[in-house]
Amino acid sequence: MSALLNVNKMTHYFGGLRAVHNYNLNIKPQQITGLIGPNGAGKTTIFNLITGVYTPTEGSITLENQNIKGLETNEIAAKGLGRTFQNLALWRHMNVLDHIKMAHYSQLSYGLMGSFFNTRKCREQETQVEENSYRLLELFDIKHHADQNVTNLPYGAQRRVEMARAMATNPKILFLDEPTAGMTPDELIQMIKIIRQVHQDFKVAIFLIEHRMKFVMELCQYIQTLVFGELIAEGPPEEIQNNPEVIEAYLGKEDLT
Amino acid sequence: MEIAKKFKNTFSTVPMLSWLLGTLTAVAIEYFWGYDYISYYLGLSKIPVLFGALIMLKEPMMIPGAIGYDLIVYVIPILLIAKTTAFFTNPVAAILEKMPLWFSVILHLLLFYYTLHLWAGINDYRNIIVRLTLISIILTISINVINGYQGEFSCSHPGFMAIGAYVSSALTLFLFANDKMFGTALLPQELGPWGFPFILIAGGIAASLGSLLVAIPSFKTRGDYLAIISLAFMFIVKSAVENLNVIGGARGMGGQPEYAPLPIIFIWTIICIWVIHNFVTSIMGKALNAVRDDEAASESMTVKTRKTKMTAFMFGAFWAGIAGGLFAHVIAYINPGMFSINRLAEILAMVYFGGLNSIVGSIVGAVSINILGEALRPLELFKWIIIPLILIFVMIFRPYGLISFKEINAKRLLRSKHKREQGV
Repeated sequence: MSALLNVNKMTHYFGGLRAVHNYNLNIKPQQITGLIGPNGAGKTTIFNLITGVYTPTEGSITLENQNIKGLETNEIAAKGLGRTFQNLALWRHMNVLDHIKMAHYSQLSYGLMGSFFNTRKCREQETQVEENSYRLLELFDIKHHADQNVTNLPYGAQRRVEMARAMATNPKILFLDEPTAGMTPDELIQMIKIIRQVHQDFKVAIFLIEHRMKFVMELCQYIQTLVFGELIAEGPPEEIQNNPEVIEAYLGKEDLT
Repeated sequence: MEIAKKFKNTFSTVPMLSWLLGTLTAVAIEYFWGYDYISYYLGLSKIPVLFGALIMLKEPMMIPGAIGYDLIVYVIPILLIAKTTAFFTNPVAAILEKMPLWFSVILHLLLFYYTLHLWAGINDYRNIIVRLTLISIILTISINVINGYQGEFSCSHPGFMAIGAYVSSALTLFLFANDKMFGTALLPQELGPWGFPFILIAGGIAASLGSLLVAIPSFKTRGDYLAIISLAFMFIVKSAVENLNVIGGARGMGGQPEYAPLPIIFIWTIICIWVIHNFVTSIMGKALNAVRDDEAASESMTVKTRKTKMTAFMFGAFWAGIAGGLFAHVIAYINPGMFSINRLAEILAMVYFGGLNSIVGSIVGAVSINILGEALRPLELFKWIIIPLILIFVMIFRPYGLISFKEINAKRLLRSKHKREQGV
């Protein structure tokens, strides 16, 4: 199978600081890929580079053989890269239903005039979006929160809102930035279930950053390890687990005395 | 507290239709008997214009009379009629509920307009207050699009208003009026009122083009910096107009024909409320909120943030331009000094007092600040102490304004309240 997303020799500088160096990534359809690495390794930067928040200094990024480097973030997102954020990025004055509806933005075609005069086309599309949103809410088990303000939800539910929102953009690849950060063990198990379910139901590829090894090893089919902006190892979970370099990066060098 | 609860219970079964009928009756009472009987027997020299506020402040001796007048003319008839007509308005409202919503809304609006017309028709002073208040409503809602929904702190609204006022005045004077500035009318004067909507829209479009000067910097900056940019814009417009002698410079521009009587302004206000309500309740409009709350997240959720920001500014400015055009044709004279820092303070007070992110809030803010401003006029200097004090107290207890983050739900507002389940 050909690659869905292909990142080739991506390098990025923040001023004089080299944040990412010669980064390569291949995501095949429906593959779950994990990106691990110590704090400050540049994992989130890689997410931001691929999703268009920053434009990489060098290298190429293609989605289904189309160049997406240099496009605006919203264009890249509309092409099929949905994402969540490390520190929840929810809209704090909006209710849950509106969050999901909002993510359908690129799928609306009624235009500004349609929204000003509430045309038939506008009403039809909005109803359709609403139905779709309820379907998503149900899937992520947050339907009972639909008209609550998002800030009143428990943390785990907020995470699920964020994922449901990302899925509403109709992505081909879902980028999850530390989906279990700050979660209790119970919520973690639930999260694994949800990610599996999303993977099955939507047939999306998933690319995730994570710190909890158990979580990564259980979910991912392919893992990359990043240290100081460079890939030091990649491969299937078993290989990574036993790779001495990875162990060294995480635990430090064994001191033989 | 107990009394308030009882009161609320008694009137919870009264639908909007009854309230409107009650108000209509009250206004009719004032219209037919207000001067000849009621104010005469209460010892008032004339009909209290603004619920007696002016009389009470000017002549404290008249306070009982004025309060009596309010009770006899307004409070008692409204409550009485509202309660007693509920038995037949509830079924009527239930029938209306089955009809299309727009029909019911238009019916209620007609009733409301008729009441307003009668009330404002009693004297000219009231008429002009009502007209200016309606214009303030347009202004407040339009600035709410930028400052509330979009969350920028824009100070350029008087500038947008000035552009709208000047463009539309210049067009009407040029096309439909004989005056010193532009010579004889280009088109027959009878066409004036028909051409006026187009002229207003032209003014609005000019204002929204002007707003690009603020909208484009807003891509990169927000908060305090954008506030300064927008303030600068306001002063640019003001001094540009002052130095343009073609349109009167600092002397101003007068002689606009009377194209903006009460019904025209009322219709424009309703159109404005309708369009902005449609916009802010659609996904396109909620994108404004999304961009305000988290720009990065919005981008990632496919929202075109630049387009959204530009829309907010241009749309808000358009309605400010319309309001400016109407204002010019109510006062029939404009000068650059009208669109300066005082106007800005007034507009900001209205929007922050009423409530951000809410059309109802804007209406409440515009009406209350306008009425307060007029009612406290006899206090002269103290007026400018009392109004800011009220504003400060509102900010302490309700930081987002009186009614914020609430949208109009016409269906709920107009529904029959016949058999309401408990707790719903």
